[in-house]
Amino acid sequence: MNVKVMHFVIAAVSLLLSVNAFAAAPIKIGALFAVTGPAAFLGEPERNSAKMVIDEINKAGGVKGHKLELVAYDTAGDATKAVQLATKLIKDDKVVAIIGPSTTGETMAVIPVAEKEQIPLISCSAGSKITDPVKKWVFKTAQNDSLAVGKIFEYLQKAKQTNVSILTVSDGFGASGREQLKNQAGKYGITIVSDDTYGPKDTDMTAQLTKIRGSHAQAIICWGTNPGPAVIAKNARQLGIKTPLFMSHGVSSKKFIELAGEAAEGIKLPSGKVVVADILPNSDQQKKSLMAFVKDYQKHYKAEGDHFGGHAWDAVMLIRNAIDNGADTSASIRDQLEKTRGFAGIGGSFNYSAQDHAGLGKDAFVLVEIKNKDWVIVK
Amino acid sequence: MQFDQILQYVLSGLSTGAIYALIGIGFSIIYNATGIINFAQGEFVMLGGLLTLSCLELLKLPLWAAIPCAIAVSTVVGILFERLAIRPLKQPTPINLVIITIGGSILIRGLAMLVWGKDTHAIPPFSGDTPIAIGGATILPQHLWILAITLLIIVINKVYFYHTISGKAMRACSYNRRAAGLVGIDVRRMVLFSFIISSAMGAVAGIIVAPLTMTAYDVGVMLGLKGFCAAIIGGMSSGISTVIGGLILGVLESLGAGLISSGYKDAIAFIILLLILFIRPQGLFGKADSERV
Repeated sequence: MNVKVMHFVIAAVSLLLSVNAFAAAPIKIGALFAVTGPAAFLGEPERNSAKMVIDEINKAGGVKGHKLELVAYDTAGDATKAVQLATKLIKDDKVVAIIGPSTTGETMAVIPVAEKEQIPLISCSAGSKITDPVKKWVFKTAQNDSLAVGKIFEYLQKAKQTNVSILTVSDGFGASGREQLKNQAGKYGITIVSDDTYGPKDTDMTAQLTKIRGSHAQAIICWGTNPGPAVIAKNARQLGIKTPLFMSHGVSSKKFIELAGEAAEGIKLPSGKVVVADILPNSDQQKKSLMAFVKDYQKHYKAEGDHFGGHAWDAVMLIRNAIDNGADTSASIRDQLEKTRGFAGIGGSFNYSAQDHAGLGKDAFVLVEIKNKDWVIVK
Repeated sequence: MQFDQILQYVLSGLSTGAIYALIGIGFSIIYNATGIINFAQGEFVMLGGLLTLSCLELLKLPLWAAIPCAIAVSTVVGILFERLAIRPLKQPTPINLVIITIGGSILIRGLAMLVWGKDTHAIPPFSGDTPIAIGGATILPQHLWILAITLLIIVINKVYFYHTISGKAMRACSYNRRAAGLVGIDVRRMVLFSFIISSAMGAVAGIIVAPLTMTAYDVGVMLGLKGFCAAIIGGMSSGISTVIGGLILGVLESLGAGLISSGYKDAIAFIILLLILFIRPQGLFGKADSERV
């Protein structure tokens, strides 16, 4: 590089820097996502969605003259790393609020940091213990498992199929689902006639299903994330099991239909509204947000937007709205977040209050059935 | 407990066990030729499945052409692995070699994650998926494919090791490498052969299970470990005892999941592994000083 070019570069760089200095200071929002590691299927769409929506907000002129700046770190799904990075975000990057982490384990580890430093944390993970009991600085956008369980039980109660078998995966997601299924069964008059588990890497579940077949259940509820439930669907078809099969919201993606193929037909599951955005009735108040999110995601990343990305989208929008309502410090953002009413996001309609930092009701889920390799809403 | 339930457990167990057996034989062939446990064996299982997927979807090959293609590419990976990671080693002590195979398996898995992503993929079954009823139990046509192909491979193995010169040479290496070298057998070539055979067998196992279990970049870990268990039960023989080891393991797992608790399925496999290593390290069927082929 010759001297002339060097001078030009220095001039250009200093010009850029000075321009920045004159504009209103950007508001920094921190983010912790498990972009790599075992929970990457959560972290990657979350980071993508957060980046996307912040870019859009800035393109539209920012919020109240402030640009937003996202400082996102990868936790690799590691709770220890998440705590270190949360401290870094607060001490070094001086963020006003933190979005994430992606998993319940990481979130529980980061909560003490956020509480101590008094920084609002909007978690993208589903565990109900995150906001139960309510913690002053902690909110979440992902739907509680209990809402999904309620949706299935409500249907079973109406259909008078009250003897059910449950088959859950032996990881955090399955354990939480199993607990909710057992806790809520009584409330809906449902009897659990058999309770089995399978390993997340298991490749054959005919043994468990054979046992279930002998138990005369009227419905089978399986709680897991891909690929296990697809194997179960195939195994059930192989064994000729005609008992209605229910899945969790953990498999509400096209990937499940692709993996299970023919065996997916007729399976019912509670699902967030993202995957069925286009078939929702126009009267649904979330429809506008959902369609915008799905279209944007498709445009930016050439992939279908999913629930996980939606959790981050909701978190960014909640902070944006808080700032729009005049908040600019951590404390005022927290207060404004708590005043959120009827925000129709991706995960559902959020109504936070001093007693409720999860903010969603049962309408966050719809019960869908798989027909002809596509979703149909069960009335 | 009804009879047809038990029958179903046994049938499911046998078909899973056949896969463990195929992978287990891959372990023992390399062990016999080189004295090392190749912990990258599971990765060839993964490669077989994922390469078939690529041949089907990217190259648009029909299934009958995609399978040999995938086996060939996996075998090339096996050859490269032996050439680049095993052969150049200055001090081929068993512990060094084992660590290298573990490193190799992490590398192959990582590359596969970059190439195929983290998603699980499905491969169509070879001949439909209409269940076949046997007594009160049902199996899929794919299960028959698995049992038949496993049987075929065992027969080919037997013929190769006992009725061909290079097979006999490989057995000679396993008895005594130095003596085999002295009578003019190229021991290093035999090592390469062992990697070729076992990577191809691993790939076959990966391909025939993929329609049932689906495949992803990380399926090799668990299948590899179960195959290793089968080989240990069979006393690291590359013959019928490893096959029986695999079948026993599959059936016990399936019965355990059905009759005791599904939560203990993997524990059963590893308890058996530990028991065998403690009580009968020569394998379930081996004599204390048994032949190893």
